[in-house]
Amino acid sequence: MFKIRAGFIPLTDSALLIAAREKGFAREAGIDLELVREISWANIRDRMAVGHFDVAHMLAPMPVAAAIGLSPVPVEILAPMALGLGGNAVTISRALSLRLQDQGYDGSLDPANAGKALARLIERRRADNLPDLVFSVVHPYSCHNYDLRYWLAACGIDPDKDLQIVVLPPSLMPDALSVGNIDGYCAGEPWNSAAVTAGTGVILTTKSRLWQSSPEKVLGVPKEFALINPDILDSLICSLIQAARWCADPSNIGELADMMAQPGYLDQRAEILLPALSGNIAVSETQSLQDPDFFITFDRAANFPWRSHALWYYSQMVRWEQASMNVKNADLAAASFSPDIYRRAAAKMEIAVPSANAKVEGALPVSTAVGAGNKTLYLGPDGFFDGELFDPEKLDIYVASQKPVK
Amino acid sequence: MIDTNPSVLVVDENKIRAAIIEAGLHEAGYENVHIVAETFGLGRCIEQISPDVIVIDLENPNRDLLESMFQLSRSVKRPIAMFVDKSDQTSIEAAVEAGVSAYIVDGLKKERVKPILDMAISRFNAFARMSRELEEVRDELAGRRVVEKAKGILMKARNISEDEAYRLLRRTAMSQNRKISEIAQSLVTAEDLMNDKK
Repeated sequence: MFKIRAGFIPLTDSALLIAAREKGFAREAGIDLELVREISWANIRDRMAVGHFDVAHMLAPMPVAAAIGLSPVPVEILAPMALGLGGNAVTISRALSLRLQDQGYDGSLDPANAGKALARLIERRRADNLPDLVFSVVHPYSCHNYDLRYWLAACGIDPDKDLQIVVLPPSLMPDALSVGNIDGYCAGEPWNSAAVTAGTGVILTTKSRLWQSSPEKVLGVPKEFALINPDILDSLICSLIQAARWCADPSNIGELADMMAQPGYLDQRAEILLPALSGNIAVSETQSLQDPDFFITFDRAANFPWRSHALWYYSQMVRWEQASMNVKNADLAAASFSPDIYRRAAAKMEIAVPSANAKVEGALPVSTAVGAGNKTLYLGPDGFFDGELFDPEKLDIYVASQKPVK
Repeated sequence: MIDTNPSVLVVDENKIRAAIIEAGLHEAGYENVHIVAETFGLGRCIEQISPDVIVIDLENPNRDLLESMFQLSRSVKRPIAMFVDKSDQTSIEAAVEAGVSAYIVDGLKKERVKPILDMAISRFNAFARMSRELEEVRDELAGRRVVEKAKGILMKARNISEDEAYRLLRRTAMSQNRKISEIAQSLVTAEDLMNDKK
């Protein structure tokens, strides 16, 4: 048995790690997987930097940020695997939801419609001299931050001038929403369902609508660990892929929710974990809908660390002036995602793996069969809601095209 | 101005520990020390105090918020970086081990602030040691009480002496490789259930 210590944040998308331990996939692979719950992403990063964690549940942009020197603690992190696709939503207060209806929001969760109504409301509030709306995200280098900003900007809202975006721990967001400290937030589950269940929040749109089949959490591994322990890392990745497949089976959802609800893991009621896991999303107290793509654990190469995902997040760091645009940074950003390690590990299993390292994001309007060695793999749909394409080969053109918000 | 007396902000939800660190910093000659315990309003507090050094405990869920404030210059104008030098791996390790993290205003000399971090680390460690000892004493007292209770149950149920009851508990604990207090606790719980006290 090789002991691996993994840090995680109590979120629904830590499912793969919890299932790998609880269902024995890790043990069967010769790994004693110890899961250590953490309270902030900064702690995850710092404890990885000092060797407390061998691997960790991480925000996809974190390895990218570390690679280009944005991290206050020096550590080289690789993402050899993604822990699923999607899983976030934008939740707003009931009060804001009513105002948006006045401005034409139709309750469909369509990002374009919701954004248009929000833009109108912001203009209206400005005319009435009302204070800026406040939205919160969990971390400056989080998918939540970039997804929210992308959506706002595409709807003609400048996220730095037309409203205020603050960072808050996700567990505090439903309360902050109910007391009016914030008007909305973009966060992972179960924190959207928690606000809906409490009757204080309404889901306005989902990540699966903003950018279909898009990245969220990854397995973060210090580069040094990956170099010293390639076989062990492969075994861990294989056990996590098995866990992913197990999580994707609808007949296991109830057991998974109960498992994750335990005090040592998420310490929540299983009911609020079920929506994201089952795709049966309650968007308000009276409305729910089926969204099988809300959180994808295994299908559509959900575990493959696409370099185009790393580069998209880099493009957004440049866009929002967190990083500067140059070839060196782009190379470092791309290299922080490691499809080669994933492919090496997955070769030991009978699963289809993409043969390319990157793709043009947004190019697949529907789920499409692609060749993957001698197997067939379905990828996508991977469209952005505004129909834009991201070609990682044309990074500088993309960044230049995004500069002005309006 | 910074070099003579840097202002230090201690962000800690544990008020006792914060007071211990504050006292330590005062003793070491740092006079400009502020404490904040509340979760909300941290941003406003930093704006007002404009600290040169921020010390925060790792159990604080607001670290991500704090780091974001150094980036988005809307509320905090000055760039702030992790206090320990990037090359100073041992300091980072010691800090994380102790459960504390610190940030300084960019440009503040390392040798001026190193004593502050060292102080915070040693006080955090001392506090952890103290809490551990207190916990042990508490456990021991609670354990003793529960053993007394379990002995009583056995004496009554089996009609045996106190010594015999204790020996029975000890023998069971040894054979099951558990603590006497754990065996006693199981017994007390079982008794409570039987008597429908729950």
